Parts: sequence; structure tokens; C-alpha cells
Amino acid sequence: MAGITPSQTVGPFFAPALTPGKDYPWHQPIANDLITPDASGQRIRIEGRVLDSDGAPVNDAMIEIWQADAAGRYAHPADQQRPNAKFTGFGRAGTDAEGRYSFSTIKPGAVAGPDGKQQAPHILVAVFSRGLPRHAYTRIYFADEAGNAGDPILALVPADRRPTLIARRQEKNGAPQIYVFDIRLQGDNETVFFDV
Amino acid sequence: MTYVYPRESLSAFSGHLAPAYKSSIKRAPRQPLVIMPHTLSELTGPVYGHNDVQPGDNDLTKQHEGEPLGERILVHGRVLDEDGRPVADTLVELWQANAAGRYTCVVDQHAAPLDPNFTGAGRAVTDADGHYEFLTIKPGAYPWANHENAWRPAHIHFSLFGHSFMSRLVTQMYFPNDPLIPFDPVYDSVPPESRARMISSFDMHATVPNWALAYRFDIVLRGREQTPLDND
Repeated sequence: MAGITPSQTVGPFFAPALTPGKDYPWHQPIANDLITPDASGQRIRIEGRVLDSDGAPVNDAMIEIWQADAAGRYAHPADQQRPNAKFTGFGRAGTDAEGRYSFSTIKPGAVAGPDGKQQAPHILVAVFSRGLPRHAYTRIYFADEAGNAGDPILALVPADRRPTLIARRQEKNGAPQIYVFDIRLQGDNETVFFDV
Repeated sequence: MTYVYPRESLSAFSGHLAPAYKSSIKRAPRQPLVIMPHTLSELTGPVYGHNDVQPGDNDLTKQHEGEPLGERILVHGRVLDEDGRPVADTLVELWQANAAGRYTCVVDQHAAPLDPNFTGAGRAVTDADGHYEFLTIKPGAYPWANHENAWRPAHIHFSLFGHSFMSRLVTQMYFPNDPLIPFDPVYDSVPPESRARMISSFDMHATVPNWALAYRFDIVLRGREQTPLDND
């Protein structure tokens, strides 16, 4: 084969097609609320900001997430377990003027990892934006999961950079539980991105 | 079917930093990427198909009361994996500027007219042979602030999914013989040997007589079928 088609930046003008919300006249089934009425598990909300090297908000990023359901099952043929609900595990959000994004979803369960090890609950993240010729891959882990200590992927990350992958629990009353996950594309405390 | 995603195939991509493309300077990650194995999380991905597309989603010329201005074109091609096999039933999303080079997106302030009959968004699903098709209008070139008198060549944005989260692709399709291509740092962000894969070909055979010209754009996504020799 002649090789794969190169990636190109998503650019600044994707919103009318990819994240139209109520602002544009286009129906888009992919959105930032992943919860289906039949999905079991803990309802959570993930909130965060996307920031550049100056700590300035990136107001034209698109964040996509991919995750297992509460029992650690992926809605995909390669996972032989398969969820028993309509929960797809995929979501997409644009950032606002302050660089904020959010997702309403279900806390994922632990998933099988390499060499028979369990992976702690986590969510895959792809970051797209003007200025990124290809999207960047990272992962969200959860601060309140004991399994993080034995997670085989976190173990590959230098210890001092691991905190950039851990969403912190926002302590306030009420449901859903909020987890905060900021994405620093560059500079101090740059988020860990993966070569996959 | 089990797929593998050889890392070497990514040599067709730009790195995160492409300094001539100025927006990348403050946004591209600079720390070394952490190399990791592909787990079940990476080897799975969203499955979108025919239920997610409505009739007419792939015809950008019929989304409003009237017809958009511009040169009608059919844009079609096949979505393939790295073995050259068709990627069937996969979602293809598309967006673009209008014939005057203006996007409906509110952040686009180019002093060219909006077209009330053109949103510039489309969606299609590939058939069993990996084929997709859109009817749209040819987008215009437009200026941008990257450098003095910078103009983006006419292009159409594509978003594809494929077999897993590893095959996810956002790219841009260009038109053959566009004189602006050699001056475009976005096009140039890609390694030289891979750039031409982003240029569509004029397809006389697919033109619609008395109606529309046609361009062909085949897209190759990451992913090969696993063979017994692949053992990672």
C-alpha cells in the first residue's frame, strides 16, 4: 500500500458541522452527553479547560472521549463482553470562550490490560484544535481509584508527570459527582500525551 | 476481525509542532510523547453507521430553500485500510467554506459573503465497498493571518472513524493544480512524500452531464488485519 492519508488540523471552523449545538442548523448525533436512560453505573460529569503555553484558554478546541461502560465493556465488536445498554461510550465537545469543555457520562469500570493486568478505570481522550496538525492522545484517570497504583499504562509515565492524567474530585454536595480534568497543551505541567 | 495499528505508519503525519504553521507554536505539545502498547481501550472505538445518517445528509446543495451559489461538484472515493481493503459502514463527516471562501462559523470574519443556502456540513456512510459520495459546491480560497498575504488553497475538511479509536482521522482534501498549494504551511506540515495523498483527482468518468463536475478522493486509514506473524 502507498501509506495512510495524512492528518491535517481540524482548523478553527469545524463547529457548524462537528459541534453545532443549538448555534447552527445541523443535526449532530455525537454530543457531550453520553448518558442513555438504560445505562447503569454512576453518573458523573467531567469538566475542564484547554490551555496553551501561556496558560491562555484555547477557545476553539474539540475534545473527543472514548470509554467503557460501568462494567468495563466497550460497545465495539473487538470487546467480546459488549454492553447491554445503548451507551456508546463516545462523546465530543467543543471548548467555549474560556476554553471550557464538559461531558456528562458514566464512570467507566476497570478494563483488561496487557499481560493479564487490569487497567484502572480510565477514558481515552483525543484533542483536536487549530494549531495541531494531528490530534493528541491522552487519558483521564480518576483520583479516587485505588487501581491507579497498579495501572500498567500510568506506570509507563514518569512519576512527576502522572498527576496531569488524574482528574480531581470536586468536593461538593449533590449529584452528579464532578471530576476536573484540565488539558495543558504545552508549558508548565504540560499534560502527558501518548505515542500510540 | 482483529486489527493492528503499526506505529511506523504514522510517519505519514506531521509531528505536533509545525513551526511554519504559527498556531502550532504555543499549542503543540513539546514534552516527549509516552510510548504505550495498544490495549483493548485503543483497539476499540465508536461504531457509527447507517442509523446515524439521514437521507440527503450527503447533499450539501439541498439543505435550504434555494440552491447555493458556486460550481456544483460530486466528491467521492473509497475508504480503505492499510491492506487496501474497504472500510465498510463507517461514518464520514465533511465541512467546508462556501464558493466565496467563507464558512458559516461565527468566528470566520473574512470579508466575503455568506450564502444563505449553504451551511457547508455533510455526513455519509461508506457502502460495502468502502465507497462514499457527496454532492456539494467547490469551496473558495480564503486569506488567513499566518503570514503576509497568506491564502488557504481551496479545501474540504474530512473526519473519519474506521475500525477503532486509533484509526480516527481528521484531514483536508485539496484540488488538483491549485496554484496556492505550494505556499500553504498547513499542507506543508505533512512530510513531503505523503503530501500528494491529500490532493483529489479530477474524475471525468464520474461527472454528471449538464449538472456537476467530479473529484475523487480515496482515504487510507490506520489499521491492518492481524496475521499470525503479528504477535504484539
